[in-house]
Formats: sequence, structure tokens, C-alpha cells
Amino acid sequence: MDTVACIKRVPDTGAKITLTDDEQEIDTSHLGFTISPHEECAVEEAIQVADDHDGTATVLSLGSADTEEQLRTGLAMTADEATLLETDGEEWRPRKTAATLADALSDDSDTNPEFDLLLFGNESADVANHQVGVRVAERLDVPFVAGVSDLAIEDWTAVAKRDVTGGTEVYELDLPAAVGVKEGLNLPRYASMRAKMQARKQSIGRQDPVAVEFDGGIEKVRLEAPESTEGAAEVLGEGPDAVPAVVDLLRDDLEVI
Amino acid sequence: MILTLVEHAGGSPEESSLEALTLARELSTATDASLEAVAFGAESAALREELGDYGIETVHRVADDRLDTYAPEAWAESIAQLLDTTDTDAVVAPGTDRGQEVLAHVGAKCDLPMAANCLDVEAGDVYELSRQRWGGSLVEHARLDGDPKLLTAAPHEFSPETVTATAETAVQPFEPSLEESAFRVTVDRVEESGETGVSLGEARVVVGGGRGVGSPEDYDKLETLAESLSGTVGASRAAVNEGWRPHDDQIGQTGTKISPDLYVACGISGAVQHMVGCKGADNILAINTDPEAAIMQKADYAVVGDLHEVVPELNDALANER
Ligand SMILES: Cc1cc2nc3c(=O)[nH]c(=O)nc-3n(C[C@H](O)[C@H](O)[C@H](O)COP(=O)(O)OP(=O)(O)OC[C@H]3O[C@@H](n4cnc5c(N)ncnc54)[C@H](O)[C@@H]3O)c2cc1C
Repeated sequence: MDTVACIKRVPDTGAKITLTDDEQEIDTSHLGFTISPHEECAVEEAIQVADDHDGTATVLSLGSADTEEQLRTGLAMTADEATLLETDGEEWRPRKTAATLADALSDDSDTNPEFDLLLFGNESADVANHQVGVRVAERLDVPFVAGVSDLAIEDWTAVAKRDVTGGTEVYELDLPAAVGVKEGLNLPRYASMRAKMQARKQSIGRQDPVAVEFDGGIEKVRLEAPESTEGAAEVLGEGPDAVPAVVDLLRDDLEVI
Repeated sequence: MILTLVEHAGGSPEESSLEALTLARELSTATDASLEAVAFGAESAALREELGDYGIETVHRVADDRLDTYAPEAWAESIAQLLDTTDTDAVVAPGTDRGQEVLAHVGAKCDLPMAANCLDVEAGDVYELSRQRWGGSLVEHARLDGDPKLLTAAPHEFSPETVTATAETAVQPFEPSLEESAFRVTVDRVEESGETGVSLGEARVVVGGGRGVGSPEDYDKLETLAESLSGTVGASRAAVNEGWRPHDDQIGQTGTKISPDLYVACGISGAVQHMVGCKGADNILAINTDPEAAIMQKADYAVVGDLHEVVPELNDALANER
């Protein structure tokens, strides 16, 4: 069973964000890059499913040449193959991204998908458009479920679960299928130093994406890092001595007791 | 027409759909367009009445027994067919898993762009809008084109408000022609969690524990505190990654978004990804040993101290209050 995890290179998600002077991008001059957390789980799941069902796991990304770094992370996690659809680094919008990924994921003659299971992060950490997976699935005519927090493969059926209030919804998808996964699905492995060294030597497949152009759509005007309007908290006291003040607050002001 | 996708449970609209309706109503008022809704599943007088309270003039009820169970592609195909027969300026959906998923399918089927998690929208030929990025810590200002415009409302950003002059809501049955293949993705079954307590997303009081809690056993104190405040316990990603709490408990960008009356953050530093999940809280009380921790700028109230000393003492005091 062959799996593909689609990943995106994003600025280090734990870092403090500042914007470039023209307010068009995150200033990455002092930032590292990473794979979005949901997508890290997609890579882990792709590897586990391929291992358990005797297949290959591929990591696929559309992005700048530097995206090799994230693809190598995938290889170091023991994915079998990596492919980069290299762009000039400019941010592509979801329709164009999805059309290009879909082209790369089907063979030339028709829209036969070249995978059994396709995994996306539910949304990317940076732009969070919530739609690339759905659009790829629609183009390839395969079923898709978003928000997946548990996945099992049983006899060419993907059993995908999604958390809802009070429980989980269970979906059964005939393979080939695609899913958008969320953090919590699994615990992504740390790549060992040895695996990282090996991954450096592995070759990465490259394709020049032939992008379908779309008219109109959604155009970014500028980004804004909202000023935090918060001030300092009202300190009720130090240590256990503060407890009477806390009780007063809970009882009189907040009325939660 | 401004069309809103309304999710409902047995006729009672979901809070997130009422939020989306608030955004839709702003758009309909600004453009003098009618405010309408699309709903799936069995008709209910309660739903009609409640939507009337929110100013909905017409509900397009999609009638097909197969649609009583959620099926994203069939929902999207129905909406796409409805768009073919109506003059719709915009479709607004709630920024829930379902809302995003269905609208993205509509976008794919009709080859239209979609703007997810909008915060503010100004109607015009092209819509000027702002939307959440980076888990809510960045705002993107953007222009959205499309006929119609597709957008989802960021959760917890719009407060549902009823209208004073309630309209009589008309129900318009809509029968899409749906092939069997549109139902290939559908909820097969629902597994109840069996948990009796309040869920994190709905709790009025949440007691969160972070790395400062130190061990899984030490969450007992937080459980006791949560219990006496009729609340529930949550955690930071650091605590979840340590394996002290299940991921279901995680609050934040990649966890649950909460909106309680009170959030008590114990041993949590207040990283932006965590705060994204609890900024819907009306009040935040931080208990932290570090007076310089980021949470001290973001909380409303704070106790500077060791949670292992403060929380048990607080539990005793609350027990005495009874
Ligand atoms: C893409 C991405 C997504 C993320 N998503 C989330 C998310 O959804 N949710 C989330 O929470 N985080 C998320 N994070 C992680 C986030 O950046 C922080 O690392 C995390 O929130 C820190 O958890 P913490 O505050 O418990 O731990 P720390 O940052 O280690 O803070 C512990 C705090 O406890 C205090 N403390 C220690 N001992 C005590 C004591 N005895 N009594 C009182 N106080 C004490 C310390 O002073 C400190 O302030 C994400 C990160 C990334 C990169």
C-alpha cells in the first residue's frame, strides 16, 4: 500500500513573529523552518501505514528549493521517497497549489491517482486556508475527510475518526482516499542522528510544476501582527497567602462559586 | 441573497452557525440583500422559529432522506445546485470542521476561491476582508473575488444577536439531484465518548495545567479544583507531549479552543499557541512562580506562587465555603 504525505515548509512555529517592512511576509531572517505540526503527524502516519501494509511512503511538497530541508526531515523519519515541486518561493494560493499537487499525484494519461492513501495536515500552520486537501481530492475524484484524529486501514478501507462534541464520528472510505489529519493522531518520531545523516545522501525527486493559472480569487493585501491590547494582570498576592483574595474573586466578582 | 450554512442538532442551531449568521447579517444589511439559510435534515418548527429570531427570511431545506446523515460531498453538491438556481452574493459557513470542509468542496465543485476564518468583511464588488492566520496570532487583510463569494466565520469571533423585529421565516424545500456517488463519504456511525463530565469546549470553568504541574499524579489537585468549580481540566501542549494528559485535553492552536467564563492557568507560561486556544475566556487567572511569565501580561488576575502550594490551599478554602 503506497502512501503520500503532503507537507509544507513553514517558519518555526514556536518563534515570536515579526513582519517584513512591507507587511507582506513573516520576517524569517532570524527564524528556522519546520513542517507544520499537523503535517508532521501526516508523515508519521504515512510511514506507519506503509510499514504495516507493505508499501512505500512518500513525502511531497510544493515550495522553494529550500523545502528540501523539510523533505529530508521526512526521509530521516524513514519515509522512502521525497518529491519537490519547486516554485520560486512565492506564496501560491490554494486553487493553484491544489491543481498542481493533483497533477503531480496522477499519471499523465488520466486522473488515476498514484497512491492508495493521501495525507494532508488539516490546515497549514502559517496560512491556514483549510482547503488544499479537499481541492486535491476533488480533482482526483477520491473521497476525503478533514479533521481526522484516528485512522486505521482495514481491508482497503480507511476507517477515519473525527472528534465531535460528546464523541467521535466514524467514516469508512474506500481506498484510494485522502484525509486531513490533526495533531494527536500519533506521536511523530524523532529522527535519529544516523537517519538524518543518511537522509542527507538520499536523492529528492524534482518536478517543475506547470501551474494552471486562475483568474481572480483571493489576494493578500497585507499582514498584521495585532498589537496585544492586554495590560498586566491584577496580582492577587503571593503564594498561599493569596488564597482568601482568590476566593473573594471567585465568589463576589466572577460568581463561579 | 446572502446564504448561511446552518448546522443544527435536532432543530436547535449550533452556536457556531449563529455566529456565522451574525456575519451574514452584517453583509445582508450592508448590501440590502436578503438573508437566507440552507439546512439539511428533518424539518423542525423549532429551527424555523429560532432562525426567525436571527432575521432569516427563508430557509432552504434540503430534502432527501439520505441527507439526514452528514455527507460532505452531498451537502456541497446540494449547495452548488442551489447556487445555480438562486442569485447569491455570498455563502457564509461556520469555521467548524464541517463548515470548512463543505465550503471547500463547494469551492472545488464551482471553481471558486474561499476565504477561511474571516474576522471582518466589507461587502462590495470585491470583498475586503481580514482573516486569521498563524493560528490566530496574525491577521491577513485580503480581497476576495468570486461569484458568489465563499467565506467561513472564525469561531468565537462573532456574538450571536437576535433581531428585535422577528421575521416570519419561510421554508423552501430544495430537492437537489444527487447521485449515489455523492454519498461515498458519510458518517458511518458515532461513537459516544461515554464521558459524563462537561467537554472542554463547552465548560464554563476550565482549570489548565502546564509543564509546571510536573507529573500526571499532580493533576489530582487540578481535578479537585475543577470539580469544586463545576468545571473541567485542560492542559498545555508541553504537558500533553510529556504524556501527562491525553491530547483531547490540549488547549491551543493545535488543540481545543475554549471559551469559559473562567480559565485558571496553572504552571502555564502563556505561549501564543496556547493563548490562541483560550482567548475566548472571559476571565483568566494565572498561578505561576514566574512573575515575568508571558501569561502575566495576558491574564486578568494572577497569583505569583507555586501551584503545588496554592492549589491545595485553595481547594481547602473552597471546601470550607460550602
Ligand atoms: C505549531 C505549534 C503549535 C502549538 N500548539 C500548541 C497548543 O495547541 N497548545 C499549547 O499549549 N501549546 C502549543 N504549542 C507549544 C507552545 O509553544 C509552548 O511550548 C507550550 O504552550 C508551553 O507549555 P507550558 O506553558 O505548559 O510549558 P512551559 O513553557 O515550560 O511553561 C511552564 C510554566 O510553568 C511555570 N511553573 C513551573 N513550575 C511551577 C510551579 N511549581 N508552580 C507554578 N508555576 C510553575 C513556569 O514559570 C512556566 O511559566 C505549539 C507549538 C507549536 C510550535
